[in-house]
Amino acid sequence: MQRLLEKRLVFVAGKGGVGRTTVAAAVGLAAARSGKRTIVCEVARQERMSHAFRREGAGFRETELAPRLFGISIDPDKSLEEFLVDQIGSRRLASLLFHNRIFDYLAAATPGLREMATIGKVWELAQLERRRGSDSPYDLVVVDMQATGHGLGALRTPRTFADIARVGPVRRKAEMIDAFLRDRGQTGVLAVALPEEMPVVETVEFAEALRRQMGLELDLTVMNAMLPERFSRADADAIEAIDGAHGAPAVAAALRAAVSEHHRARAQRAQLRRLRAELDGEVVTLPYLFQPDLGLAEWQRLSGELERRT
Amino acid sequence: MSVAELIEGRHVCICAGAGGVGKTTTSAAIAMGMASRGLKVAVLTIDPAKRLASSLGLSELANEERRIEPELFERHGIEMRGELWAMMLDAKRTWDELIERRAPDRATRDAILGNRIYQQLSTAVAGTTEYMALERIYELHEERRYDLLVLDTPPTRNALDFLDAPERLSRFIDSRSLQLFLRPGLFGVRALGRGTGLIFGMLKRITGSDLLSDMSEFFGVFGDMAVGIRERATRVGELMADPRTAFLLVTSPRTDAVDEAIAFRRRLRESRMPFDGAIVNRVHEVTGVDASADDVEPDLGALLGDELGRKVARNFADYLRVAERDRENVRRLRREVRAEPLIEVPLFDDDVHDLEGLARVCGFLFAEDAVRA
Repeated sequence: MQRLLEKRLVFVAGKGGVGRTTVAAAVGLAAARSGKRTIVCEVARQERMSHAFRREGAGFRETELAPRLFGISIDPDKSLEEFLVDQIGSRRLASLLFHNRIFDYLAAATPGLREMATIGKVWELAQLERRRGSDSPYDLVVVDMQATGHGLGALRTPRTFADIARVGPVRRKAEMIDAFLRDRGQTGVLAVALPEEMPVVETVEFAEALRRQMGLELDLTVMNAMLPERFSRADADAIEAIDGAHGAPAVAAALRAAVSEHHRARAQRAQLRRLRAELDGEVVTLPYLFQPDLGLAEWQRLSGELERRT
Repeated sequence: MSVAELIEGRHVCICAGAGGVGKTTTSAAIAMGMASRGLKVAVLTIDPAKRLASSLGLSELANEERRIEPELFERHGIEMRGELWAMMLDAKRTWDELIERRAPDRATRDAILGNRIYQQLSTAVAGTTEYMALERIYELHEERRYDLLVLDTPPTRNALDFLDAPERLSRFIDSRSLQLFLRPGLFGVRALGRGTGLIFGMLKRITGSDLLSDMSEFFGVFGDMAVGIRERATRVGELMADPRTAFLLVTSPRTDAVDEAIAFRRRLRESRMPFDGAIVNRVHEVTGVDASADDVEPDLGALLGDELGRKVARNFADYLRVAERDRENVRRLRREVRAEPLIEVPLFDDDVHDLEGLARVCGFLFAEDAVRA
């Protein structure tokens, strides 16, 4: 964890439903606590994190959510417009271009242009020298990033784009960003997995793709939502011996819940062993929380767990 | 009421929902359940769990549908009156085939397949995989070789992206108009007047001239084909709204998944798309219990001893808390889906990644009492 916090840019990757936003928030909180000026970027539309801190979403604005902890929701179109302003050097001309029909066609037709602008914004946030001199630099940028399919999506975009553009300013910018993303000293990747068949396979595949396509290693893997190991095998045997034989429905339900929990916890441990065996890097677990919904208090707690366990 | 009733007489069943809610498993179970009832069914999945695929005898990825061996079901004691076919989408392959079919001649075909803009299309344009899944279903639908096609939709960042896929492709194809502008001195530039020169000057400064000329070449050779592909994209879009298409919403009872399911349901309503029911996977169920964990602790202590009894009671308290959340979220979803059916599948003790697991899911999806009012 400490090593991760020393990077400038950390991608928190994982598929939908694995708790990626929760872990990104926990990493952000831990970094801010350790005195780093930190920003967490959400690329999805939900803005779950900024909603948990305050009532409205941060939008495409760097917004302080807690001491030293900022949030931003990265909008591809706004990123693209900002990118144009920087390239052209005139807000008026950029706006003219951005709202032009031909440009609109071009933006729709150029593979990955919006994705490129999005990752470009993430990169810009991680620079010591910001695009506007008045913007303060961040010590750490945490990105809540959806990993799609076997691909690395956002991480690969600059390379893809540099290849498409071949020459010109866009290519130079894309290569600069690509080099930054491939630099292990600057960029870290944290994967979030669940102790289930599919997410474990996907995490292993993600680690392989990351190595092959980006030359990067997973700096940390979080196995999320691990059930507590409440029952020993002897406990489970004792419970199963009377399961079903008892008349009162509530007692029977409690016994069933215990047996089910025991089996699920055991299956989870097997998946954890499998992930550890198949990944080279460090795997840390976070507990399943029985709170109906996770908010700021739970994120604080998980953030503390993350620091303690790494 | 069961899934069989929900999709009776339909030719296409689209299972939509956020990632991580068990969509692939549900699609496979629906296809298996319908096939076991005597239909010839094909299921198109995007990214199946390896163990699920191999348990169906599908070791390698195939863009062509393959029949699941009937003996496999026999061996597991599953009655299979129809046929179950499965395939896994290869978006790039589907694109290539589309170009191969539509290209007027060899030279055009090779020019497109070799163009760098084209090569990035299948991976870099958002929504392409979604579109290609629909395209593949449309193609099979046209061929009429199956009674039912079940589509496991790709895990999009947002389930709604799926609905926009045909429109996005059309937008992309519309951008072929660029070629008019990209060729210097052509009609387009002059007709658009003086401002256009300025726009192109800026574009060139940003992208470099190579990108523009590659695009010009791509849309140049893409030319007439674009019209046909665009028309097809429109028909593919129409298939989604066809009365013979069923839309099932798959979700988990987690708050964020239910929020997304509700947004999806609203969007379907706004777009006048069909909606045929919701399936909620992995529900923590407690039925017919009105006692709290504290109430049962003495009884558990008497049965198991104080220490273990207390542990079981504490575990039960946690379980009830999650079960209550699930119940509340399912209630919320039910209010939203109104009269349409909602089927709950309970949380199992282990992952579903084999035929027995699928059969167990089928037991809930196709149970007479699976839909509770």
